[in-house]
Order: sequence, then structure tokens, then C-alpha cells
Amino acid sequence: MITVSQLSKRFVVSRRKSGLKQATKSLFHREREFVQALDNVSFTIPDGQVVGYIGPNGAGKSTTVKILSGILTPDSGECDINGRTPWKQRREHVAEMGVVFGQRSQLWWDVPVGDSFDLLRDIYRVPENRYRANVAELTERLQLEEILRTPARQLSLGQRMRCEIAASLLHDPKVLFLDEPTIGLDAVSKLAVRDFIREINRDRGVTVILTTHDMQDIEALAQRILLIGKGRVLLDGTLEQLKQQYGRGSVTVSYSGGEVQKLSELEIVEQEPGRLTVSTDGSREDTARVIAQLTAALSITDISVKGPDAEEMVVSLYREYRV
Amino acid sequence: MKLYAKFFSLHLRSVMQYKSSFFLMTIGQFIMAFSAFLSVWFLFDRFYQVDGFTFQQVLLCFSVTLMSFSLCEGFFRGFDTFSYTVRNAEFDRILLRPRNEIFLVLASKIELSKMGRLLQAFLVFLYAIPTSGVEWNFQRVLVLVLMLLGGVCVFCGLFLLYAAICFFTIEGLEFMNIFTDGGREFGSYPMGIYGDGILRFFTFVVPIACFQYWPLLYLLGKNESLWCMLSPLVCIVFLLPCWAFWRFGVRHYQSTGS
Repeated sequence: MITVSQLSKRFVVSRRKSGLKQATKSLFHREREFVQALDNVSFTIPDGQVVGYIGPNGAGKSTTVKILSGILTPDSGECDINGRTPWKQRREHVAEMGVVFGQRSQLWWDVPVGDSFDLLRDIYRVPENRYRANVAELTERLQLEEILRTPARQLSLGQRMRCEIAASLLHDPKVLFLDEPTIGLDAVSKLAVRDFIREINRDRGVTVILTTHDMQDIEALAQRILLIGKGRVLLDGTLEQLKQQYGRGSVTVSYSGGEVQKLSELEIVEQEPGRLTVSTDGSREDTARVIAQLTAALSITDISVKGPDAEEMVVSLYREYRV
Repeated sequence: MKLYAKFFSLHLRSVMQYKSSFFLMTIGQFIMAFSAFLSVWFLFDRFYQVDGFTFQQVLLCFSVTLMSFSLCEGFFRGFDTFSYTVRNAEFDRILLRPRNEIFLVLASKIELSKMGRLLQAFLVFLYAIPTSGVEWNFQRVLVLVLMLLGGVCVFCGLFLLYAAICFFTIEGLEFMNIFTDGGREFGSYPMGIYGDGILRFFTFVVPIACFQYWPLLYLLGKNESLWCMLSPLVCIVFLLPCWAFWRFGVRHYQSTGS
């Protein structure tokens, strides 16, 4: 159980214009500015949930993850993860956490991945039998057999990411933070990673908090979405709810004849001779209604229907909240 | 300790991936330290004595300082390069491990090539012990051990302080090198020869003199007071404020990047 209430964090940034002259000037006189990274953020996450934590760059996602994992101390607010405050009982807390930073590695560059795993076993004091069982299971599920004997520097990104995820699960964490786990991966690796995260959540009941910009990750994994922007929680709900509220669909038809004027009550998005795109609210009923009207008015040669698209939805969300 | 051994073996294996680079670095370190030794030698070739200390006595002082410095540099390297650790947010990772963060920084970098310098110091040490004219007895051997221990403490404290400053500036502050590298160069000679002001500074502020000048006086029988005998203990006390400042820094850590 993760309970976060009224979390706030402010950073001091010193700014200066580019250029040598400005750089010299800033040596003596600094313009300091405060950036409110988090502003009264509150939410609760029950055990075993997969939460997609989304928001544009600089919204405060990473700051939240860093506070929840005990790296940063917030200015105010409280946080309770399985009965502990991360920044106060850091060591006890992180023993039950796994963190994957997609852009940073936790593996030793020059030694085989297996050696890195052995070191993690000793750092986390994982009992030998648990460790063996975990390595065996992870090796099988993520197909690490060959890779374990390779130095990390010789791995491809996809292989490395699989190792990173395995490395963060060796000590049976209860909570797993994934920070852009599929960044830069090819389609096959992405699917493999997603499937694996889903399995781990199902079989071990690990709570997963996923920050990503890849909406397909969210669609495939997240049972719930938290949207954050400018340091505030803007939305909290399931993807389905979001789609109902903010999703837009569309119907595009090509036609050979008919009376377009008759369609005045429909919302036309795009129109060119012989081709028409009409927007819907994304629900099945509305789509059916629009298609019926279109077929009544026009002689249609081709038709295509598009449902709500997560990517576009997020764009319109960001726009609506001006984040 | 067992975990440290694990880290050590991983470092060793990493280094052995680049064997020739490692050996060249070690030889380089040896030669670098040798030039410092030469400068002492040339000086004495001319003057025979500095402030009442003979060549061999200065060498004893020189080797104690160099040995404690290179021990520190080898094993405390993680703190010396801490500004990089902070800048590329490597320290995030360290905070994510359920272990003491000082231990993890310590174990994150072990610079084995510094052993070249250590070897040099050790050879000079072996030469200076019988020739320095010290009448060795139990107390004096004990004081010598304390000197080494104190030296390690002072340099470790300085590295720790240096690292803690990085929490606030992100960039490392080069001026700290005055005390670390500078301390090593200064410390080649007994601090007393630089005059009272400097001696006082290096006794009460940065206690470098406490592990070389004062106990050296005791070893040579120039001053048999209890203070001179136990002054290396001050160096151990020096670690406390450094450690406190480090703790303060960790709490103000601001991380970088996404």
C-alpha cells in the first residue's frame, strides 16, 4: 500500500543567458529561481496494482519516483509505503524496492552480467536458495541463458534492458518502479518486456509504477492512470474512463456521389472532393449513428473507422490542461 | 567486509580486462612519486640538513605521508571522483541500495593503479626506518603505526569533505586539492620547517602536522611529551566533523536529470 499526501518539492535553479560574458557575470551574481517540481501531490495505490504515471517532460514524474524511492527528501508532505517513510527509513525501505531507470544502467560494465547479479545478491543479502530460484525463473522467462556470461558492455539495448529488469527483481521487491523501461527498444523487445511485466505483476503481486511516454506501454499494462502536470495530479482513473471522457474517434469515407449538405449536424473534421472525415465521441453507439447518417446521405465506396487513440488523447489532455 | 572483498574482486576483474593499461598506469604512478622523492634527494644533496632534520629523517616523514595518501587515494577514490558520481546521478543508484552510503561510495571505486605510489612509499619507508637514527622501542613502533593510521584518517576526512561539498556545488571544488594534493607535497617535509603560522594551521585546522611533525619529534627524542606521542589521535577526531558534514550533504542531495 502506497499512500502519498500533500507532497511538495521545490528546486533552486540558477539561470543565466548563454555566452561567455554572461557566464563570467554569473560567477559573481547569480539569478536564482525556484521551480515547484511537486505541488501538493496526493494519491493512494493499493498492493498489486499497475499504475501508469504519465505527464509531459518536466512535469515532476521523476521527482515523485525519486522521493518515493528515498533518494530525495521532500520539502513537505507525507508518504507511507508499507508502513515506512522512504527518506527516513531509507535502508529498510529500499530493501523492498526494485527500480529500473531505462536510461541508466545498474550493471557493471566490464564483467559478465552474472557477476553483477552475484554482487546484488550480497548487497541485498538474498538467501542463497531464493537467489537461485529467482535467477532460474528470470533466466527462463527473459531468455537470459546466453547473456549472463556476457559483459554488459557487449549487450544490445534490448538484452541489457531485460537484464536490468531481472537485476531489479532478484531480491523479491514488493514495489517496482519502472522509469521508461521500453525506451529505444525494437518492437520485439518491447513486447517481451511488456509481457514480462504483466506476468510478474500477476504471479508475484508486485505493485508496479510505470512512467513512460509510450502510450502503448500504458495501454498494454496500466490498470490505472495518474496524469501529472506542472507538479499537480491532474487526472486519476482507468484508461477506459479516460477514453470515455477524452477519447475521440473518427469515421472516414470515400464516396462517389450524394448530398454532403444533408450532413450538417455531423462534426466534419476534414473534407476534400470525394473524401470526408467525421469525428465521433469514440463510443460504439455514436459511431453507429454517424455511419448510418453517412450511408443514408452518400453513396460510399470505402469506409474506415478509428477508435480513440491513446496517443492523441494524451495530446488533447495536455492541451486542455495547458501542461 | 565480505561484501567489500566481493567489490574488490569485481574491480580487479574489471581492471584485468585492460591489462596493459593497468600496468602502464601503475608504472606511471611509481615514476610520478619517484620525482617527488628525487626533489627531496636533490635538496639534501646541497644542504645536508633542514631545520635539524637529516635526509633519512625527512624520508621517514615523506614516506609516512605518501603511504597514507596513496592508501587513501587507492581505497577512497570514490570520494575523490565524487563530483562525477553526483553529476551523472550515479549517486541515485547508491541511495537505492539497502547499505550504508559511505560504504557503497567507498566500494564503488577502487583504484588499483595507485599501488605504484604505495610501493614507492613502502620502499622509502623500509630504507628510512633503520637509517633515520631512531632508537626503536615498543612505544616508538606504536607511534609510527599511529602516524600511518592518523595520516589515513586525515586524508580520508579531506576526501569526505571534498565529496560533501559536491552535494552543494555539483562541480568539484578544485581548491580542496590544496589540502589533499597540496597536503601530500607539503607533508613531504616535517611541517615545522615552514614556520609557526603554517604549523599552527596544519595542527589545529587540518591536522596534517599531527601525524608527521609532532610524532616525528617524539620518535627522534626531540620532544618526549605525551602530546607529541598521542597527537595522531587528533587525526581520528578530525573525521567526526567531516562525517557530520557529509551527513548534512546527503540530506540536501538534489539529484540531476530525469
